[in-house]
Amino acid sequence: MRRALASIVFALSLLSVRALAVQPDEILKDPALESRARALSQELRCMVCQNQSIDDSDAPLAKDLRVLVRERLTSGDSDRQVIDFLVARYGEFVLLRPRFSPHTLLLWLAPLAAVVIGGWGLIAFTRRRANESKASAQAQLTPSEQARVAELLKETGQS
Amino acid sequence: MIAEFGHYALVLALGLALVQAIVPLWGARTSDATLMNVAGSTALAQFIFAAASFAALTAAYVGSDFSVVNVFENSHSAMPLLYKFTSVWGNHEGSMLLWVLILALFGALVALFGSNLPATLKANALAVQAWIASAFYLFILITSNPFARIAQAPAEGRDLNPILQDIGLAVHPPLLYLGYVGFSISFSFAIAALIDGRIDAAWARWVRPWTLVAWMFLTLGIAMGSYWAYYELGWGGWWFWDPVENASLMPWIAGTALLHSAVVMEKRNALKVWTILLAILAFSLSLLGTFLVRSGVLTSVHTFASDPSRGVFILAILVLFIGGGLALYAWRAPLLKQGGIFAPISREGALVFNNLFLTSACATVFIGTLYPLALEALTGDKISVGAPFFNLTFGPLFVPLLIALPFGPLLAWKRGDLFGAAQRLMWAAALGVVALAATFAIQRGGPVLAPFGVGLAVYVMIGAIIDPIERIGLFRQPFAVAFARARGLPRSAWGTAVAHFAAGMLLFGVIAESQWNSERIVSLKPGESVSVRGYDLTLDNMIQRPGPNYRELVARFSVRRDGAVVDVLEPAKRTFPQRQMSTTEAALMTVGASQLYLSLGDIGSDGAIAVRLYHKPLVLLIWFGCIVMVLGGALSLSDRRLRVGAPKPARHKPSLQPAE
Repeated sequence: MRRALASIVFALSLLSVRALAVQPDEILKDPALESRARALSQELRCMVCQNQSIDDSDAPLAKDLRVLVRERLTSGDSDRQVIDFLVARYGEFVLLRPRFSPHTLLLWLAPLAAVVIGGWGLIAFTRRRANESKASAQAQLTPSEQARVAELLKETGQS
Repeated sequence: MIAEFGHYALVLALGLALVQAIVPLWGARTSDATLMNVAGSTALAQFIFAAASFAALTAAYVGSDFSVVNVFENSHSAMPLLYKFTSVWGNHEGSMLLWVLILALFGALVALFGSNLPATLKANALAVQAWIASAFYLFILITSNPFARIAQAPAEGRDLNPILQDIGLAVHPPLLYLGYVGFSISFSFAIAALIDGRIDAAWARWVRPWTLVAWMFLTLGIAMGSYWAYYELGWGGWWFWDPVENASLMPWIAGTALLHSAVVMEKRNALKVWTILLAILAFSLSLLGTFLVRSGVLTSVHTFASDPSRGVFILAILVLFIGGGLALYAWRAPLLKQGGIFAPISREGALVFNNLFLTSACATVFIGTLYPLALEALTGDKISVGAPFFNLTFGPLFVPLLIALPFGPLLAWKRGDLFGAAQRLMWAAALGVVALAATFAIQRGGPVLAPFGVGLAVYVMIGAIIDPIERIGLFRQPFAVAFARARGLPRSAWGTAVAHFAAGMLLFGVIAESQWNSERIVSLKPGESVSVRGYDLTLDNMIQRPGPNYRELVARFSVRRDGAVVDVLEPAKRTFPQRQMSTTEAALMTVGASQLYLSLGDIGSDGAIAVRLYHKPLVLLIWFGCIVMVLGGALSLSDRRLRVGAPKPARHKPSLQPAE
């Protein structure tokens, strides 16, 4: 059943890829509102498509959402209110940029964590290597050998 | 009959791979040269049988033999001959056959050109290569047989997915696979070194050219796929952060990191343990990419196979090789001797910095791609991670990398002079600032990001070529002297400069396209016009035209600049009756590196057609950057040091001496 559903969704999305996304008749008269609508559309997922924003998709659902976003904007909603409205209606799945919250903590912190942990590991490693090589340079001679070296050096100095 | 021949050849290839997987390994353990030599001959024979199998499938496609299920499902007798060839890999089964063919090809190349390798390393590496090959032959034979027949042969095929009927997509998979699978060589060498428990600078010298070749093909493959998406999908985007794109980007980043760390290993015998890990990771990510695409875990445009049994099989292969590789690494890597030490400010240090940021970027893509899957599996929450997330996180990781990029080649090995390098980069920084200021002044109130991006791009480009310019004494010596010195400069130094320059080009293209792109979306009736950036486009007429296996609606536009016609554009919409699908064919007009992009939408009830028109300034720099980067790789590959290879130790082979 899931497979059948997946293949239907797949077929639909292939169809949807084919034509234009934003249609000329959807565009708002007010350029400021329209540009806000476009910016919002790029952050919202077309939920029947694969990884497409409603701005890119031509699926009927994407069109409905684009129109909906524009309606909310014309009726005076802020960008935030539009997003909240859509999340309340469709869940967080609709956001292409997930919200920063406990369950996305790991996701959002990953890039920084990678650099910090990687960098810290590097520094720790280099220090250890430096110490080791210093230690090994010193440890190469046993006390008796060191005494012998000193003796030899003294001899060379005398001659 | 041909299909059965192909099937049989594939079974024989599996048999040969199994021999190659076991016998040379035993030979290496017992120091038996005869057993080790089995690796070379079986690798060649295996390639011949894989090629024969592939040729058989191709013959079935070209001859439109619809009694073969695979051909029936993906071909049509009226399809142009070129696409009959390319549809061989335009489906799951055929593309897996191409995958193993390329795997066998790389094995055969190592067998042919690896005469300077130590016998045990070569035997072990080819054996590991054969383990991978065996796993994939089994996968094809058990779950994805391309040679299965239909009892009652249909008269006509179902046609190839129309999206795939395009020259761009025709060459995209082979290039990509040459890259993906090419990393198997680095992997096999890494595993072989771990089995041996011995690794030195020479190892890096043997592995680096193979990695470079794979990286070059992967770069081309990704660039090709991106350009295809740009002109075919109809809305002018060139990178979507689609999971499948990410799947190819991850091995690319890991491969880029590997190329750089292998330099350190080769020159300074340092970073050995890390380089081995990267070699394992690069191929693991290639396997992961194959798994993500083939299993249907991520539903995406590329997923033409959504079969769970295949997914589970590939997952098993994945666990076996990645898990096995990493386990072997954990066990054996501590035994490897550490190499030379270096100060943090040095060429090595710069390359480590590169690796830190590249791997972080790779980890970001990895987590971003798989996080939604993991979260849904663990908690049931469904979230989406799309382009806005990646743009926000991936971009900032590349900024420090690009700032540091010109410093690398200017720092000395072991202990470098940061201040000295900064002084030498003064020109690059100055020109970068000039570019920043100029952009700021010209665009006045345009996007804030653009001037900084342009400044950084100019700095990277100039900074990349400062080293060779200084070394050959250009502008300071007479031209003839500089030219003679330029010829004397090692090709690898040129390769570095060219590839780094290309990174700047790529950035310039990305910034220009994303920040200064203009868009017009309108409905037009014949005779009406639309303008963008000084170009006036008039819809002259619309006509219906038949194609070989489709119908198309073509709209003719004349493009005018200052009243004079400069070009005629013919965007089209094609309908493929066999699959009831349609494609948009965008029309492109190239002016320098910039493009006008025109694509068609639906016809309204009033007879007007929806049109999307873009002006994309300097957009071609994105792909030119990739091509120039590959040229840099090619220059580096042609360096004498790599051609000659490591000197061969003199060996006595009593058995080969002529009888007295």
